[in-house]
Amino acid sequence: METNKEIAIKAEKMGKRFGDFTAVKEISFEVYKGEIFGFLGANGAGKTTAMRMLCGLSIPSSGSATIAGYDVFKETDKIKKQIGYMSQKFSLYEDLTILENLEFFGGIYGLTNQEIAAKSEALIQKLGLEREAKKLVASLPLGWKQKLAFCTAVFHDPKIVFLDEPTGGVDPVTRRQFWDLIYEAAARGITIFVTTHYMDEAEYCDRISMMVDGAISALGSPGDLKKQFNAADMDEVFYQLARVAKRGD
Amino acid sequence: MKQFLTFVLKEFFHVLRDKKTLFILFGMPIAQITLFGFALTNELKNSKIVVVDHARDSHSQALITKLEANRYFDIEKAPLSDNEIVAQFRQGKIKAALVIPNNFGYSLQHDNKAQIQILADAADPNTATTITNYATAIISDYQNNDVTGQPQAYQIKTETRMLYNPQLKGVHNFVPGVMAMVLMLICVMMTAIAIVKEKETGTMEILLVSPFQPIMVIIAKAVPYFILSLINLGTILLLSVYAMDLPIMGSLLLLIAESALFIACCLVLGILISIRTASQQVAMLVSLVGMLMPTMIFSGYMFPIENMPTLLQYVSNIVPSKWYYIIVKNIMIKGLGFESVWKETAILFGITILLMLVSLKKFKIRLE
Repeated sequence: METNKEIAIKAEKMGKRFGDFTAVKEISFEVYKGEIFGFLGANGAGKTTAMRMLCGLSIPSSGSATIAGYDVFKETDKIKKQIGYMSQKFSLYEDLTILENLEFFGGIYGLTNQEIAAKSEALIQKLGLEREAKKLVASLPLGWKQKLAFCTAVFHDPKIVFLDEPTGGVDPVTRRQFWDLIYEAAARGITIFVTTHYMDEAEYCDRISMMVDGAISALGSPGDLKKQFNAADMDEVFYQLARVAKRGD
Repeated sequence: MKQFLTFVLKEFFHVLRDKKTLFILFGMPIAQITLFGFALTNELKNSKIVVVDHARDSHSQALITKLEANRYFDIEKAPLSDNEIVAQFRQGKIKAALVIPNNFGYSLQHDNKAQIQILADAADPNTATTITNYATAIISDYQNNDVTGQPQAYQIKTETRMLYNPQLKGVHNFVPGVMAMVLMLICVMMTAIAIVKEKETGTMEILLVSPFQPIMVIIAKAVPYFILSLINLGTILLLSVYAMDLPIMGSLLLLIAESALFIACCLVLGILISIRTASQQVAMLVSLVGMLMPTMIFSGYMFPIENMPTLLQYVSNIVPSKWYYIIVKNIMIKGLGFESVWKETAILFGITILLMLVSLKKFKIRLE
């Protein structure tokens, strides 16, 4: 990656302790604008904690970090306007229709009614959901819900979107379609920060970092990492790194 | 502000689309009032009572007329002998007998005291007690009203609850109680569940990541339940006025204002529970056991607080429903004004503020 690229996320010695337990040990990394950054690690490695700190859900115990140029300690309100978030759990309201969900999430991000109406129509058309638009989200298949959740997370055109294991439990075809949406968002200049357990998805990322026991033990493009660890695929890279882990479940 | 309205609208969708919850929400007060009003009432209707009037003077006649006027007694006048009365009891034809001695009026006027014998079928002790209580109440009422100017012949101790209840209706007692219970249940449980549900489904995280202020999330969630509770309050009041014949003696506006305060207090309690719990089941259990039970036990409408051990009397002071129950009783039944309930109002207000501060503090900690 060229160094003259605009920095979207910058973490410097960012750490988090819960009492005696150090969930995240002073990690440092940079994510560039429009990049798809894969955030990998075994269960319990500290991925979610690190991500929660970047989203403003949790305050770092040490170090510093900036999101879209804003400080995570002092400017969380400004950060919140710049980011989108999709959690592990499916996170739309099942008892609202697709349109109502979009209206709600657009509304709390301060979009005007006209903006919401125009964007909703474009989105519904793009996803081909014209007939389902007024149906309750509960009636949609899981794959559709996930795609819709992603589109909702980027509905207000955030600068950065955080995806926490977004494709858990969906089939490979839907996953592929899901990644098409991610590429599209990245092409629009949205920075993607994604955690995943699927190594084929890691291959789709521009760069990835591997967390082991609360620290980043490798960082680079999938190609670089495979060379570095002399591995045929990302599965092997992951295995080499993660087997030394002491934590985990 | 638009953001806030968007949120409140969404909450209404949640409530209105959940038909089961909606049914409980509006069905419960109606069911409770009807149940307590007609089925579980501990009063007696048309109990057969025989009056044996040996005196046949103006005093005994007046007393009998008064007894007959009461719709809970079915009075039958019969010149029965003692043995015949016993036979009637044995056959289960009568529940009680009143024997007025032949010198009743004379004794009352000249000796300042007179005796009446009340016999009750104590095979059913509850009924017997209630009938004798009612009868003595009516008799003492008679002497207070009709033998004025004379020294009281005898003192009959009546229960306090009959003081403001001249027709001895049981309804009076439980309507304020049901109001406290229903509002408590709906506000605390429904709010707690609604907020915890967002945590369970993961939408709470999305909301916390959004620019929408966390505290506003909580307030926006409470708004629909505040409105629904006011509707329920209306239902209960309408039912009690039109179905139970229990008029609101005091100021309706004051009653509504006090209820709004109590509802606010309950909402904050619900919010506090939701902050401390992670699943809907736990939230429901805590609301039921932690809130409903104290309301039933310590508000004073099922069990008199004065009869409790001193320690429990102190405990009852921290139960918001107790104060609300007193306020409603004073306004609705006794027809008293704000000057008689300002102390209770102040306490309720204090509890609400305290709970609010605790919730705010806990809420911040949870966000860390």
